Amino acid sequence: MPSDPPSHPPSHPLEARHVLEFPGGYTRSTGPVIGRFLTELRDRRIVGVRTAGARVLVPPLEYDPDTGEAVTGEYVEVGPAGTVQAWAWVSAPRPAHPLDRPFAWATIRLDGADTALVHAVDAGGPKAMRPGMRVRPRWRDRTSGTITDIECFVPEVTMITAPIRTEYRVRPGAALTRFLERIGDGVLLGGRCAGCDQVYVPYRTSCPACGALIEEEREVADTGTVTTFAINNLPDPRAPEVPFVSAYILLDGADIPMIALVGGIPAHEVRQGMRVRAVWVPPEERTMSMADIRWFAPTGEPDADLSAGTPGGGA
Amino acid sequence: MRDVAIVAFAQTTHTGHDAGLTEAEMLHPVIDEVRRATGLSRFGFTCSGSCDYLAGAPFSFVSALDALGAWPPISESHVEMDAAFALYEAWVRLQHGDIDSALVYGFGKSSTGDLREIMTLQLDPYYLAPLGLDQVSYAALQAAALGGDRPDLRAALDEIVRRSRADGRANPHALDLPDPSGEDAEVQPLRPYDVAPITDGAAAVVLAAGDLARELAENPAYIGGIAHRAEPHYLGVRDLSRSPSAADAARAAGVGKAPVDVAELHVQFSHEELILREALELPEDTVINPSGGPLAANPVMAAGLIRLGEAARRILDGRAGRAVAHATSGPCLQQNLVAVLESAPRPQEGAGRG
Repeated sequence: MPSDPPSHPPSHPLEARHVLEFPGGYTRSTGPVIGRFLTELRDRRIVGVRTAGARVLVPPLEYDPDTGEAVTGEYVEVGPAGTVQAWAWVSAPRPAHPLDRPFAWATIRLDGADTALVHAVDAGGPKAMRPGMRVRPRWRDRTSGTITDIECFVPEVTMITAPIRTEYRVRPGAALTRFLERIGDGVLLGGRCAGCDQVYVPYRTSCPACGALIEEEREVADTGTVTTFAINNLPDPRAPEVPFVSAYILLDGADIPMIALVGGIPAHEVRQGMRVRAVWVPPEERTMSMADIRWFAPTGEPDADLSAGTPGGGA
Repeated sequence: MRDVAIVAFAQTTHTGHDAGLTEAEMLHPVIDEVRRATGLSRFGFTCSGSCDYLAGAPFSFVSALDALGAWPPISESHVEMDAAFALYEAWVRLQHGDIDSALVYGFGKSSTGDLREIMTLQLDPYYLAPLGLDQVSYAALQAAALGGDRPDLRAALDEIVRRSRADGRANPHALDLPDPSGEDAEVQPLRPYDVAPITDGAAAVVLAAGDLARELAENPAYIGGIAHRAEPHYLGVRDLSRSPSAADAARAAGVGKAPVDVAELHVQFSHEELILREALELPEDTVINPSGGPLAANPVMAAGLIRLGEAARRILDGRAGRAVAHATSGPCLQQNLVAVLESAPRPQEGAGRG
């Protein structure tokens, strides 16, 4: 197939290597039109030539490809940027190719030109290529007046990555501090709005429904019911392994579910209505954070019926 | 114009590897076959097509004359192109009227070198060749201009290759290639199977004019029209998704004047069939490349002549009334030759000088 070396039957004893080469290269005169282009290229400028019909040919030809007439003597600087028209991706460069890593061949219409230049584009991967993309030449360190003075074209800058990092010192606020203090004691603390008769967990000092001050602390159970859940396949520093399950758990005695990890059970067996209990880390290892609850694990009780209002609520 | 017809055609059993024969050794049985078919041992004119860069030796085509026997001296010419263009030269020579027969042959062994890079040597030495732009790469640029990786284009290309390879398996002269498979790109958007296989082979055709054509063949394949046209060489000044030169040649050859039973197209990359079908304005019911075409066997420098031979063969054996043959040269279908072959000579102007 095409990338393979010429195919042979098993090596023949009389098979010989034959090389055709012009040592030092074959000398060719450029003529005035191509010579002008290559001379300008050596000075890192790209020029086209104007036809009698006022089109600009890049690279310049001695004749107008539409009419066959000789071109005018007027040279116009174009580019250096241009627009990709069509491209073909080379994933396995060959020794004679201009780049030794994957690249695209492209027809590129340089700004100010009416025809396209064929050259290579160093774009990293084929996903970076698209018709209409803007490119600019990458010049060789030393130019000598050949088309390869342009090593290749590279995409114009259209994106940057902006590093952002800043540090803070945060504290949990009064209500959450109170909640976390009790977590350290192995207790889940809620707050009851007297007006709404709703128990919120974690504890908070105002009712999100009516706005009234919450004055009554209410301890709730560390058992509850999974109301909904998600199986996470992306690692998270707060989870022990992937996949892990994060779930809304309606604690017994609360009216609003709380989000927490579920563990101790294969992820695919977690279900709505499943009864769970907090797995606390030993008291001496507690840090007054949610990490004091390793996760919620199944209690083994029959599943609760979620359609029946508040399952396990107010127990 | 004189009526000129293809009266004999022969080709090698092409191989995907070097079978251990020189070009002359490969060619000789084919010349012998058309000599036997016509009963002619000498011809008014001989013209061949080959490429010295395939063998990597200057004037390598001269040694192929050993396959002919060129003594006493024969009237002979050569084109450094596919032999289809040698056939055109022979057709012109027959129009002079002083001779009635011509032998045309082409041959090539792609197995000995690296065809992709040999074809770089045909590019202009200032703007394209120094980039190392190889044959598959510039063909891929043309496929990209046609629509790149569009799913409908990919499906059409797959079907062209599948059909060509299936037809090739039924053609004893072509290679046995499996149905296309695999999604890896050769040069994106082309896949390895979109590229004609490396092939060694040769072919020969005998042209005869006037009465001699009727004497040599029961059903001569008359050349009703033949023309070739070229486009600018540099790829960036062309709309690569179209082939205006093939369209011009088809009009000049008169393709559209009557229905076409069969078309043999010089398709070296699958997407070229789509471009050529449109350029030649071939009707939907025309059978394309029933031989498998170059996607099933591509002896470079003979493959275009084989299109003329395969199209003619269907008229010679009475299976088709009107056929079209196409041959190409240069990067991305730069130059295109189109011939119309018919079972009857042209109505009146073609009476010729016999």
